[in-house]
Amino acid sequence: MKIRERRRLLDRNVLGNQVWSLLAFAILLVFNAFFTPIMFNLEIKDGHLFGSLIDILNRAAPVMLMGIGMTLVIATGGIDISVGSVSAVSGSFTTVLLVVYGVPLGFSIVVGLAVATFLGLWNGFLVANIGVQPIVATLIMWVLARGIATLFANGQTILFENPRYEYIANGFLFGLPFPITIVAAVFILTQILTRRTALGLFIESAGCNPVASRYSGVNVRMIKQTVYVFTAFCAGIAGLINTANIKVADVTRSGDGLELDAILAVVIGGTSLDGGKFSLAGTIIGAIVMQTLTTTILTNGVPVEVTRVIKALVVVFIVLIQSETFRVKIRGLFRRNPHEASI
Amino acid sequence: MAETDPILSMRKVSKSFPGVNALDKVDFSLRKGEIRALMGENGAGKSTLIKLMTGVYELDEGQIFLEGREIHPHSPHEAQQSGISTVYQEVNLIPTLTVAENIFVGRQPTNLGALDWKKMNSGAVTALDRLNLELNVRRQLSDYSLAIQQMVAIARAVDISAKILILDEPTSSLAVDEVEQLFAVMRILRGQGMGIIFVTHFLDQVFTIADEITVLRNGHLVGDFRTASLTRMELIANMMGKTLKEVEIKSLQESADSSSDRETLAEIKGLGKTGSIEPFDMTLKKGEVLGLAGLLGAGRTEIAELLFGIAKPDRGEIRIDGKPRAISSPGKAIDAGFAFCPEDRKTQGIIGELTVRENIFLALQASKGWLRLIPRKTQESIASDYIAMLGISTPNADKKIKELSGGNQQKAMVARWLAIDPRFLILDEPTRGIDVGAKMEIQKLILSLSRQGISILFISSELSEVVRCASRVAILRDHVKIGELTGERIDENSIMRYIAEGAR
Repeated sequence: MKIRERRRLLDRNVLGNQVWSLLAFAILLVFNAFFTPIMFNLEIKDGHLFGSLIDILNRAAPVMLMGIGMTLVIATGGIDISVGSVSAVSGSFTTVLLVVYGVPLGFSIVVGLAVATFLGLWNGFLVANIGVQPIVATLIMWVLARGIATLFANGQTILFENPRYEYIANGFLFGLPFPITIVAAVFILTQILTRRTALGLFIESAGCNPVASRYSGVNVRMIKQTVYVFTAFCAGIAGLINTANIKVADVTRSGDGLELDAILAVVIGGTSLDGGKFSLAGTIIGAIVMQTLTTTILTNGVPVEVTRVIKALVVVFIVLIQSETFRVKIRGLFRRNPHEASI
Repeated sequence: MAETDPILSMRKVSKSFPGVNALDKVDFSLRKGEIRALMGENGAGKSTLIKLMTGVYELDEGQIFLEGREIHPHSPHEAQQSGISTVYQEVNLIPTLTVAENIFVGRQPTNLGALDWKKMNSGAVTALDRLNLELNVRRQLSDYSLAIQQMVAIARAVDISAKILILDEPTSSLAVDEVEQLFAVMRILRGQGMGIIFVTHFLDQVFTIADEITVLRNGHLVGDFRTASLTRMELIANMMGKTLKEVEIKSLQESADSSSDRETLAEIKGLGKTGSIEPFDMTLKKGEVLGLAGLLGAGRTEIAELLFGIAKPDRGEIRIDGKPRAISSPGKAIDAGFAFCPEDRKTQGIIGELTVRENIFLALQASKGWLRLIPRKTQESIASDYIAMLGISTPNADKKIKELSGGNQQKAMVARWLAIDPRFLILDEPTRGIDVGAKMEIQKLILSLSRQGISILFISSELSEVVRCASRVAILRDHVKIGELTGERIDENSIMRYIAEGAR
């Protein structure tokens, strides 16, 4: 009975599911404190903050941005696997307009983001109004968006030199790398939009039980439509950071596979793939855990080929420990009567 | 007792869970060729008792004897092997397989390793024949109605082991005539010497079919009764441990009924939708309870869905306060002051993962739009007001609603709609699947709401409820509104006669 009581206390914890991802993060930090203490070195050069931890945040920025949008999509019970491709679209359009057509940077960025956002509108239209399964609708976009990006760049990889464009990835604001500032801004904005308005409630409600939500007067279609648009917008920003970072619009590889990282970040962050309750903060932690893991593996000299396997194992562990059923089962192993554990 | 020895007997069985004594030294016995109803309010221990005999749980104390031999079932499969089968409320079959496959799934006859379709199909026909059923066993199960699917489940259970059949709330989703069909099957099986345990919330059905009634309350045995020597009131009193004041409810209704010339809230003219409900007229008066009676599938829910903008009518109009108003979505309906508690609480009502508080203020928030979030403090006071007013029993407003009992979930649904301060409340089967006490409370609530001036459309399969609450009853048959009864002409017999005569 003691164990049962303890479980209740944990469940009532304000942090809810984030407890486990925070725990994973803490373990990673402790591990590094012993094996790679160099990771904790922070220094200020020319008024800019440098160090491995800052690096981790900076590198995780695109995944965090996609993850913020993805969290909302997943909360509505959907999924968007097109974000990687969509991010390539914004990079492609902005760069081509800027370099090939000589359009001013600001306008190029606006067009790049607008095109990416429009693709989200299409995703949302298919899912919310036509009733296409989210994974199918966004799989179509996964192919289509990459195609559009390649087509617009004429199949070329476009290099550029433009300090203001590069600033998006390599600049500093308030002593912090600019991508971190962007993430912070998007995160705070989204947090306000979902928690200071009823949007968050409607998203959770629509994801948990769309029929009952509609019967209660919630405009479920509108909600679904909105989250896909928003995710594409976030992916668009991530695409700009990715492109500015390497000073190349590499339309075939930019953002490739990031959709999976974003989904993993959401899952590690404790938002259920079944939809319903979501946590943006959890997703941010999830993205940081993933990046910390990568950095930890690399700085400890583990061969690159092995990193993916280790990553997978750690993710499996985190996801399992979050599952209530799994925790109950593990506990059941230590008990005499397996039935009691499931009550 | 002397006539036949019990086929199943349980002696002094006890089972406790952390913090709860679910069953305390309960005796239970069942004879061959007997239908025994197991009655009690939610939490009385009915399902625990059944789970003990079917091996889902293990006994803490006591013994179980099957035909005089002590048994220790460790799993439903073992119980089935020894002769005890269960058919649950939700049909546990696979809709996309054929009838025959469903009857034989998990134990398919084979011939040289290949599926022996011939043998399986003829075996299925034989199994159904025992229940006097003739179906095309090669057709997909989902082609048949829920009632037939349930009979297929029974045929399967009986075919596997034919000593004891447990029916757990089998009639919850069946229409009146389908219940009759089920009862016919139960009588046949009784004639064949099976012992049947029947768990239900419907009192009428118990008095129709059961030979004996075992009543549990709070994990204790209240007693075994012969159905013939027990009145409804006595049974209810035994289940609740007190006497019911039906009188009180009746007097409430009378005061609500006093004025028959009320103002009109809404007029419905020729509203209809092809394939769902034929055009009908209906007038809603302020502060009246309008009952909607008819067999399940007669178009009751369809009317509710048209009125609430869930389905789109293809003709006719709704006039509110004399002005025509288009109700094209639930949102528009809510704007017009309509509220709708749907039939299927789980899939259409509650948002399980959200808290009681969020569930209660959801519709109100939806009507205000996403921008103007109701301040947390107001949310809390709305929730606690309705929790107190409706007597929703929950430790706090921030508990997930799926963790509440059915009756309390239902009350929370009513709270959701009262929060929008509705003028017109549609209740579709609000008392289904909740225990007697909660049913009475909901009925009382309906009457007191109507006294406050809210018009109520009350849809229920239990005619006694409709009779008790409604001051006017509209009657549906086969998607057509065939008439209305008012005032003193409302009683169960005349409603049934109306439905039956219309069917001629």
